[in-house]
Amino acid sequence: MNSFFMQEVPLSWYLLLSAALFSLGVVGFLFKRNLITVFMSIELMLNGVNLSFVTFAHQWHAVKGQIFVFFVMMVAAAEAAVGLAIIIAVFRARATLAVDRIDLMKL
Amino acid sequence: MIENLHLWYIPLLPFVGFLVNGILGRRLPKWLVTIVALLAPLAAFGVVLLEVLSTLVPTVMLRATGHGSVFSVALPYTETCPLPWISIPTLHVDFSFVLDQFSLVMLLIVTGVGFLIHVYSVGYMKGDEGYARYFSYLNLFLFFMTVLVLAGNALLMFVGWEGVGFASYLLIGFYFNKKSAADAGKKAFIVNRIGDVGFLVAMFLLVANFGTLTFTEIATKLGMDPGWNGGVVTVIALCLMLGAAGKSAQLPLYIWLPDAMEGPTPVSALIHAATMVTAGVYMVARTHVLFDHSPFALSVVAIVGAATALFAATIALVQNDIKRVLAYSTISQLGYMFLGCGVAAYSAAIFHLMTHAFFKALLFLAAGSVIHGLGGEQDLRKMGGLWKKLPFTFAVTTVGVLAIAGFPPFAGFFSKDAILYAAFLQGPNGRVLYGVGLFTAMLTSFYMFRLWYLAFLGKSRSEVAHPHESPWSMRVPLVLLALLSICGGWIGIEPANGWINMERFSGFLAPVFGARVAASGSEETELVLSVIAVVLALLGWACAVLLYGEESRLPARMAGVFSGGYKLLVNKYYVDEFYGATVVKPLLGFSKYILNWVVDVGILGGIAWLLGGVAMLAGAILQRWQSGNLRSYAAWLAAGAAAVLLFLLVPWTTVWPASMAFVWKVAGH
Repeated sequence: MNSFFMQEVPLSWYLLLSAALFSLGVVGFLFKRNLITVFMSIELMLNGVNLSFVTFAHQWHAVKGQIFVFFVMMVAAAEAAVGLAIIIAVFRARATLAVDRIDLMKL
Repeated sequence: MIENLHLWYIPLLPFVGFLVNGILGRRLPKWLVTIVALLAPLAAFGVVLLEVLSTLVPTVMLRATGHGSVFSVALPYTETCPLPWISIPTLHVDFSFVLDQFSLVMLLIVTGVGFLIHVYSVGYMKGDEGYARYFSYLNLFLFFMTVLVLAGNALLMFVGWEGVGFASYLLIGFYFNKKSAADAGKKAFIVNRIGDVGFLVAMFLLVANFGTLTFTEIATKLGMDPGWNGGVVTVIALCLMLGAAGKSAQLPLYIWLPDAMEGPTPVSALIHAATMVTAGVYMVARTHVLFDHSPFALSVVAIVGAATALFAATIALVQNDIKRVLAYSTISQLGYMFLGCGVAAYSAAIFHLMTHAFFKALLFLAAGSVIHGLGGEQDLRKMGGLWKKLPFTFAVTTVGVLAIAGFPPFAGFFSKDAILYAAFLQGPNGRVLYGVGLFTAMLTSFYMFRLWYLAFLGKSRSEVAHPHESPWSMRVPLVLLALLSICGGWIGIEPANGWINMERFSGFLAPVFGARVAASGSEETELVLSVIAVVLALLGWACAVLLYGEESRLPARMAGVFSGGYKLLVNKYYVDEFYGATVVKPLLGFSKYILNWVVDVGILGGIAWLLGGVAMLAGAILQRWQSGNLRSYAAWLAAGAAAVLLFLLVPWTTVWPASMAFVWKVAGH
């Protein structure tokens, strides 16, 4: 039992989790209607990628991947700030958050 | 010691005049335009005179006194731009100007007569709206003409050649609001282009066979091989002759010149009588080495010349427009010049070119004076009796008529005689040409005196009650040209060598054309021939007196008796109609039905329509992709990424053959 907990989690598990998170994000982005959910799905994709970055950084004992994660998190934070502001503005203007109905720019 | 003659000043000065009047002319006051316009040719003429002073006068002094002067520059004198124009391994062309006795004579004519006509134009064009435009065109013409004359190689000559054609086009179509004038300009331009094809092909052949376009080098190369006769040289010479026939209005390309009379009359005098139309003669004489090596081409030149002279003279017999009579007479006289070239009497041809420039410019300007005085009337039938109203114009026209009809001691007599004499000495074929020339001389005398009687004598048929004589600016050039028409022929006389002998002029040009030994001529022959010529000229006069001397019904009755011939002549042998039916109409039809309908609309338009249709169809299909639905784009993106992943991760090298084998099996093998 002890040895079970002492065992290191294999690399492929991390990667599978990362791929699963990313795919969940993609699916959520494609099929959800609510703008905020879509936004969250994007965050999910970003974090799925972050997880694989961290995994590889740990695996290769390289710090570059971890630095990349910080960059991604920073961008995601900025995106969240701007994106949520836009969503609020859109909601005030249109009184809806359904992405299919926000189609003013279409021909 | 003048080392440098600055030949490039001669074309440059009129060009500056062109630029100033062409760009600023509309804003400048009229007197300034006039000054610029007159100064340009006058300064060019001054430079030419300076060149005479520094080249010819010393030679004459040398002959007279035994020692030369300090200002001596030997002819031929070449001036080359240090930068080459075309420099490739097989061809080298420079911007080079050559001054020799021949180009000097031409330059004197072009700038001298050109200046006189500029002066005349000041009076003639006084009230015209396009005053500055007119003078800028005229200066442009002088620029190109002097380039043509000075050019040391065929290519530079071609530049001038095309340039004068362009200036001529501009000036024929000067009254571009008039459809006939615009059409005449186009006709002149297009017919000249046909001739230019000949000139161009000749240049290509020169480059291919001689590797040079410089006149002196061609002469040297031909001189190294005296046995080189006929063959490609004949082809080159004939092509050059085609070009010359276009520019100098010879058969079969003469049709543009009568129509060119739509331009202002001084233009007809300068460009379409005195200078530009002689460019063809100049070119043939300039490339005479080629013609000398091809007897066949020479005889073609002679025959074309003689035929044109006769042909145009017969048309001139019945024309009623005063300018058209002169136009056909110009064509006829140009025919004489080609006849002279064709019998290798180049100096005689150039002599006639010179005297013709004097008396034909005079006649045209006098006609312009008549037209001016009558307020634009050009029809001979509506003139008559003008000698009382326009005594001055009458006097100078008389001089011109006597000169062109060939009465001694007027200029035309000497030069025409020189050509006929040279033709006479060319053996039996030459006798035929001589006969044609002589007959033409009689016709010339007849139609010129017809013009004289119809316009100036008899009863007035004019609708203008008070014709007015021209202003001084128009009279002074007329007087000077009249003097030249009287005395211009005398420079050919050398009293020591017989009284009408052409020794002096041909001796002067001998360095260019080579000294020619008169075949078997004697002074008696020449005397007899000239007496015959004068008698025939008198006969022509007599016929004119008989028919037009007083009001008679004789001309009308003659026209009735020879109605067929008369109709033929009045309609100018139906040549325009013939060309219209054989060349213009098929070409237009070809352009409209084949080029426009089939090629342009059918093939090109069809291809464009097809391409457009395909693009539109593709767009109609592909626009379904561009739904504007962001999530569908994202789905495509995800699908694409999945496909790439699939492609990268699946071990195709093992899967592919296995799947193919599976397909194979399923297919039933």
